[in-house]
Amino acid sequence: MSQVDTEQQLEPDGDRPRIKRGVPEGLWIHCESCKATVFKKQVEKNHSLCPECGHHFYVSAHGRIEQLLDEDSFEEWFDNLMPLDPLGFVDSKPYKDRLVAEQRKTGMNEACIVGRGYMRGRPLVLGLTDSAFIMGSMGSVVGEKLTRAIEKATELQLPLVIVSGSGGGARMHEGILSLMQMGKVSAALARYHKAGGLFISVLTNPTMGGVAASFASLGDIIIAEPHALIGFAGPRVVKATVKIELPDDFQTSEFLLKHGFVDRIVKRPELRAEISKLIDYCGK
Amino acid sequence: MAPQFQLPFERPIFELEDQLSKLESQANPSTALLDSIRNMRVEIARLKREIFDRIDAWDTVKVARHPERPQTKDYIELLCEEFVELHGDRAFGDDRALLTGFAQLGDQKVLLVGQQKGRTLKERNECFYGCAHPEGYRKALLKMEMAAKYNLPIVCLIDTPGAYPGIGAEERGQAYTIALNLREMSQLRTPIISVVIGEGGSGGALGIGIGDVVAMLQFAYYSVISPEGCAGILWKHVKFADKAARALKFTSGELLKQTVIDEIIPEPLGGAHRDHRAMAATLKAFLLKHLKALSSLPKDELLERRYQKFRKLGVYTETAAVQPAPQSVPA
Ligand SMILES: [Zn+2]
Repeated sequence: MSQVDTEQQLEPDGDRPRIKRGVPEGLWIHCESCKATVFKKQVEKNHSLCPECGHHFYVSAHGRIEQLLDEDSFEEWFDNLMPLDPLGFVDSKPYKDRLVAEQRKTGMNEACIVGRGYMRGRPLVLGLTDSAFIMGSMGSVVGEKLTRAIEKATELQLPLVIVSGSGGGARMHEGILSLMQMGKVSAALARYHKAGGLFISVLTNPTMGGVAASFASLGDIIIAEPHALIGFAGPRVVKATVKIELPDDFQTSEFLLKHGFVDRIVKRPELRAEISKLIDYCGK
Repeated sequence: MAPQFQLPFERPIFELEDQLSKLESQANPSTALLDSIRNMRVEIARLKREIFDRIDAWDTVKVARHPERPQTKDYIELLCEEFVELHGDRAFGDDRALLTGFAQLGDQKVLLVGQQKGRTLKERNECFYGCAHPEGYRKALLKMEMAAKYNLPIVCLIDTPGAYPGIGAEERGQAYTIALNLREMSQLRTPIISVVIGEGGSGGALGIGIGDVVAMLQFAYYSVISPEGCAGILWKHVKFADKAARALKFTSGELLKQTVIDEIIPEPLGGAHRDHRAMAATLKAFLLKHLKALSSLPKDELLERRYQKFRKLGVYTETAAVQPAPQSVPA
């Protein structure tokens, strides 16, 4: 159950807020939240927020780096790590082919980017998962990149910020090795924690399954963007198990805040200022 | 006693066993009859070996879920000279799907942590068929931290379809409590042995699975997702669970190859459900052997080895940096 319904979540699911795919091609885009048709350029200038209602559209990992860090300050690490197909996994298509298709679609080698950069002059280690690449799910490469980034942050005594966008949890196509990445990344965070490192975890839509049940929940401070889907079990699985209607706000950022699992809900345009402030409070 | 519940592929075994019991029940057996009884016993053993040597991943799941397969409570009964159960998470309740307590195991005192699926309907409902809630993982961590404080080794018996997917579980932080267990178990200064005795269902299993030694019973499975869950997502229907089971490569043999587990603990002929006592004896010998070996390691070395054990897992390649040509630059 560290896996969440992936492709199925892209289909309409009643009136509940679900995973939003990126800003579609074309000049105009439709906001699924307020139903307005808005000018794409305007959305992009507005941190990928709907100018009418503030709905948070998908933003890529690269887009987030631009939004969060000082201009051209990001130095990417370990970008030469490439996924393999340890199980020879085949469902509707071979995992090997799926990887190539996802790489073409996103322009990324994998679902995760890590590196060092500056946020309003503060040096930090930044990791991001991108939900466009196999739902941002964690396989061996995502686990390895994050682990190396955490180890580097420990060694360099830098604050660590990880922005999660992973609806897919632990990646099924790599089997048990994906589950083991949860243990690996969490153990690296244990050492970082013990060494006194500051870890700020930023949860974005969606953060589910094995990603939620490992690094994403282990921040000293946990921030969520508004109305993100965050949880352990997929909402469909929960619904099928409990056989009653789910609360309206179930597994949203607001639900997590109410139940005590998130420190703050922060709108995307304010993230950079908020994270900088938090780092300063912790004297890092 | 032969089990009551029959798996489809066990049928030839049960048929021969039926014939055997008929022969055995005859009064004043002739020498010829005694010979055929002996031959039939040999044949049954051969058949069990043949059938169980060949079972595929999906049939393995059925064995792992066999209703008469020994569960944590059976092992407590059969392995431990004494069990002192310790209840409660000091925050919400006492999860019956995850039992914790002091146990005397031969000459070793340990903390035993075990997931319990339940045998009777009443018990199954009490423990949600072995699906623990956040309070279960919190209880486990609390007791494990205490065990580390008093230098007691920890034995974790994993047997869960997965952590419970419910509203209350999400409200009480299922993801957070599992994550915390992963992080904290990696730092506990006492030996930890984790054994998958039946179902190793994803995060719910890993939540007590960060061990110095990780092992599986021969016909257990340990997976990133249930075969039904995987089939529902990737094959669009649970009826393809057998396909998913084979694709996920989650049997003990496969996990040993992937170096995710250290050892396969062999089951009695025909599976653990056929002989609880023999299974428990094998498991006990396994645990005592490793407890002894682990207790001789200095704590810093123990922790370093545990870290490296998980650190090395993962299959990827490191190339000279080649960026695939982007077709479109996302926003
Ligand atoms: Zn809108």
